[in-house]
Amino acid sequence: MTVAMLAEAWQAMGANRLRTFLTMLGMVIGVGAVILMLAVGQGAQQQVQASIASMGSNLFIVLSGSTTSGGLRMGGGAAPTLTMADAAAIEELPSVAAVAPSAPGTAQLVYGPNNWSTQVYGTTPSYLTVRDWKLAAGFPFTDSDIRSATRVALLGQTVVQNLFGDEDPVGKTLRIKNSPYVVLGVLAAKGQSLDGRDQDDTVIVPVTTAQRKLFGVQFAGTVRFMMVQAESADAMPAVEKAMNELLRQRHRIREGADNDFSVRNLTAVANTAAETAQVMSLMLGAIASVSLLVGGIGIMNIMLVSVTERTREIGIRMAIGARGRDILLQFLLEAIIISVIGCLIGVGGALAVNKFSGMAVVITPWSIVMAFAVAAAVGIFFGWYPARKAAAMKPIDALRYQ
Amino acid sequence: MAEPVIRIASLHKEYETEAGPVPVLKEISVTVEPGEFLAIMGPSGSGKSTFMNILGCLDVATGGSYILNGRDVGTLNPDELAHLRNQVIGFVFQGFNLLPRANLEDNVGLPLIYRGVSHAERLTLAHGMLAKVGLGAYHKSRPNQISGGQQQRVAIARALVNQPKLILADEPTGNLDTATSKEIMALFAELNERDGITIVLVTHEPDIAACAHRLVRLADGRIIYDGPMAQAASQHLEATA
Repeated sequence: MTVAMLAEAWQAMGANRLRTFLTMLGMVIGVGAVILMLAVGQGAQQQVQASIASMGSNLFIVLSGSTTSGGLRMGGGAAPTLTMADAAAIEELPSVAAVAPSAPGTAQLVYGPNNWSTQVYGTTPSYLTVRDWKLAAGFPFTDSDIRSATRVALLGQTVVQNLFGDEDPVGKTLRIKNSPYVVLGVLAAKGQSLDGRDQDDTVIVPVTTAQRKLFGVQFAGTVRFMMVQAESADAMPAVEKAMNELLRQRHRIREGADNDFSVRNLTAVANTAAETAQVMSLMLGAIASVSLLVGGIGIMNIMLVSVTERTREIGIRMAIGARGRDILLQFLLEAIIISVIGCLIGVGGALAVNKFSGMAVVITPWSIVMAFAVAAAVGIFFGWYPARKAAAMKPIDALRYQ
Repeated sequence: MAEPVIRIASLHKEYETEAGPVPVLKEISVTVEPGEFLAIMGPSGSGKSTFMNILGCLDVATGGSYILNGRDVGTLNPDELAHLRNQVIGFVFQGFNLLPRANLEDNVGLPLIYRGVSHAERLTLAHGMLAKVGLGAYHKSRPNQISGGQQQRVAIARALVNQPKLILADEPTGNLDTATSKEIMALFAELNERDGITIVLVTHEPDIAACAHRLVRLADGRIIYDGPMAQAASQHLEATA
């Protein structure tokens, strides 16, 4: 029965091809727009997520406090209040996955005829874990390098390009501030950070080496900041609280006095960026939905015309035994077919545009399933009223209609 | 004796207008036995079309009772009425009322769709019916490719495809020339005599009505004559003379 109805609906659509096509076009554009807009949004979201992932997850940054020298107030991290011992104590806190104390500075690097100025991070092997940073070649330095403050380095990709060109740097010796350092490994490429900095333009050395041999510190064992990774996003508030309490206690800060350090939640910032991208994605989808709605109204309009035009046919069908629901089903099927075929073409079009434009868009199976569900829903929703109108006709009135 | 196909008692029909109800049919009582060939005649406005629509379950009476094939039509809901139209009645209209887009086999098979018959079986039955009305070679033609007489034959094939008890023909020859009209009436006569199908025919042409065996004449919403055709024919001649 339904098969016969489908065949009839198909026939009816074929009877006025141009009109069917134009009606369908509304759906094609609507569905295509929704899928493409969602894809653009998804693409943006994925970019943001990739940036966040490159930063590392569930991260805090603990900065030492500021200092005032001769009336000049120095920025955060200037006062040497955080120590390696603080880092070790924080690592003992529950739910803390890793702590990477860092003593950064800028230094001139020389290898052969090339030289390059870059950020040099003195840190511990945990830094690679915390930042979720893999090595492209070689090995990381170890805790024994930290203990003996050896002159070893891990190079970022940008540094490798500028100093070594095509040469393999692993095992080579380069000079940092005129002292020789052995290159142990090369960091994998990480690309830009959220604020556009080149994360690959960096060198990592053992924190003790940086403190004692490279930059020197006012007080032995102090670091500028440390990165702390919590075990999970849920544990972050507890970890933040515990760190604050621990550091206040260790630094002997009286109740009511200001902290001589600050704890920042990097993930919160990143999440805000992710949320922004998601909202943008939703908004694009919502705007595109309007065209889908317009397409649906087009279907309704044409179905109403079609019902009026075919009043006599409805009368004939009723006279020979069609029930109201048979007529309803017939017109509803027509609306759904138009809408679903329109949707198919729309999806195909969107995929083609996506393929040939090379946009940073992501079409997920989910968005295609959504598009179909919406198309069927649009067909049913906008086809219902005209179909209902047809089904509610009295046979005698429909037959008499001229 | 078998149950009557149609049993109508004190049926009346009013149309609601702004000026109040206008009676169209008054106190109609008529019984049609299986195998009868009945013609309904009457001047324009006599209510014969309304009567025909009520007979065909396309319209409902305001009062009185109508038993069709043993079922009280007044108590049925629209779906049951549709079922009755599908199973018991075959319609033949003045304007043929074929679907212009569908070919002849689809037109003839149309009532079977609403009975849930499969595609293959529909085609077989439709081909059989087309052959029966002498159009066996035209399965794939469309209604606008054949003559009016042929279209009416297709309509008759469609009316027959569900093997109805009753055929209701509303001015079936109104759009046809005399020769074709005769052919169509011969077909009706054959269906009545050979297959025993009850036929109710509405017409205003006496020579078409003459094919029937019984005449019901309506005037002003009432039956003014109900009896054998032969007698009526002479009365009619007297009236016109």
